[in-house]
Amino acid sequence: MAKILALRLVRLIATMLAVSFLTFIMVAFLPGDPVNAVLPITEERTPEIEAAVRAELNLDKPVITRYVMWLGDVLQGDLGKSFVTDQPVAETIKDRLPVTAQLAVMSIGLALLLAIPIGVLGAYKQGKAPDQISSAGVQVALAVPNFVLAVFLIRFFSIDIPIFPAGSWNRISDGIGPNLRNAFLPTCALALSQMAVFSRLLRSDMVNTLREDFVTSARAKGLSDRYILFRHALRPSSLSLVTIAGINIGALLGGTVIVEQIFSLPGLGRRLIAAIGVGDIMVIQGITVFIAFAYVVINTAVDLFYMVVDPRIRRG
Amino acid sequence: MTDLRNPQTATTDDIEIVAGTSPAPVAGSPGAPRRAGPLEIFGSMPITIKLATLWLLFVVLGAIYAKLDVSVFGGALPLQDPALQNNGFDAATGEFRNGEPNEPMSADHFLGTDVLARDTFSRVLHGAWVSLSVSISSALIGVGIGGLLGSLVGFLRGRVETLTMAAIDTILAFPALVLLLAVISLFEVRSLLLICALIGFLSIPTYTRVARATSLAVSNREFVLAAEAIGTKPRKILLREILPNVLPVLMAYALVAAAVVIVVEGALAFLGLSVPPPTSSWGTMINEARRDIKENFFQVVVPSMAMIFTVLSLNQVGDWFQRRAAHRSSAL
Repeated sequence: MAKILALRLVRLIATMLAVSFLTFIMVAFLPGDPVNAVLPITEERTPEIEAAVRAELNLDKPVITRYVMWLGDVLQGDLGKSFVTDQPVAETIKDRLPVTAQLAVMSIGLALLLAIPIGVLGAYKQGKAPDQISSAGVQVALAVPNFVLAVFLIRFFSIDIPIFPAGSWNRISDGIGPNLRNAFLPTCALALSQMAVFSRLLRSDMVNTLREDFVTSARAKGLSDRYILFRHALRPSSLSLVTIAGINIGALLGGTVIVEQIFSLPGLGRRLIAAIGVGDIMVIQGITVFIAFAYVVINTAVDLFYMVVDPRIRRG
Repeated sequence: MTDLRNPQTATTDDIEIVAGTSPAPVAGSPGAPRRAGPLEIFGSMPITIKLATLWLLFVVLGAIYAKLDVSVFGGALPLQDPALQNNGFDAATGEFRNGEPNEPMSADHFLGTDVLARDTFSRVLHGAWVSLSVSISSALIGVGIGGLLGSLVGFLRGRVETLTMAAIDTILAFPALVLLLAVISLFEVRSLLLICALIGFLSIPTYTRVARATSLAVSNREFVLAAEAIGTKPRKILLREILPNVLPVLMAYALVAAAVVIVVEGALAFLGLSVPPPTSSWGTMINEARRDIKENFFQVVVPSMAMIFTVLSLNQVGDWFQRRAAHRSSAL
């Protein structure tokens, strides 16, 4: 077990290095001169001033040197400063992350809440009408892109029946009620396709569990179907469900971009798009690397969790 | 496992697989493998898959028709110019055209007109061309590079495999949309070719994974062991035993991957980061129509439904072919 842990850790660090290097290189080749982002057009510009700015930003050094310097800073928690707003990137992330994380967690929660009964029902009534109807529904849900759903939700629930406002945001600290009203539609938009994936997964795992001997013996003991389904069969069937849900937390940190954009939410993704628009290198690479790191770390954590829960995997 | 309801397919499958290991038999000779023709495959589909296939056929033909109209016939075919603003000034007559923005459905405009009084039906077909292009290019690049690489390392095993898969895992460590946004921001001019190439290259890792997994499974089958035992060269085994058996799985996967790719392009277009206007893409259409969502929701619904139907159909048909491929290989 210790050996596996050490191996995973080495792999994790290697992946993070590779990811940060790739991001840095990519961003370093962004078209446009970062100096333009720093110096206002109105300001006087001489080659000397431009050179001074370049030296200040270390842009006069080779890419590799810059990468090593930047990585050193990153390890100390310093992701640099935005060229445009002068705000430290770490502060931006701290500011924006709660919004994105809230959407990620809430949408996964909602998806699980809907997916568990649907998946269990499908497995219980396997091949019968309820299963066929829910499977068909799941297939349709899988085909609806989140941005399409978001636009439809805005039409129905912000315009036709204006109960959920779109285009504004209240922090949790401003009161939980207004916050939830803002967060509800984006959460739904993100939850639908996850619900489909989750319930499909749970259904197929549960179908296998229901064939096991312990289910037959529970039935022989005369336990009710509901008790067997939710008390005996659900837990052993939910391993891959929990894994995917965990991985989704990481994936959604980047995956909420478009929904944040549609609902004008002050999250990480929208900040990233804004930074791309003005070529704000530090913010682009800071946020990208942060999201990728979070994704990799969460995936590793989920893998390890999986090993702890299921001893069979430890050897494989 | 053989299909009891249709013993004929089971026997042709068996013949085909046995024949795959021997020198190619003369076509038409007794015992030659008989591949199911397109019509035969279509006939064996359940009704929902048939409908999905017909929709995909309609989208593909519509896209090709629209493209031919513009690039070969110079707009002579009966389809409106997708960029023509029907309320704009007509230099030829010296008058304004008598169209309106946000028109409802009519004989002139099957699906009405959009915010800029352009014919929506024509824009949907031209948008289909963008979707078709990204789907096909991602399949070609994915199968051509990822499929080949995956089959190769799955067959060779050893250090090459470990290194390749580590590289693949690193690329997959990026959330796809964030990576795509970061890469796409490097380019100021976003032609269709560029979008196709970028999305295509980003689909390599998943194709590599699928191909490797399939290749690993195929490499352990008896006919590969038999070929190795009689001293067949590895290159020949790869070409004649592995690839022909990995390819059907990749083809089925390509349909499901096309659904993903269409949504990704749609998301980019929605953010205004795909092909620039006036080129129409379903994502662009949804985003443009969103501004008049209150007055003319229909213009949001049309491209949305086109995208949803296409994605749904690709998933269904892809799943069906995947099950079919799995069934065929289990008949070995």
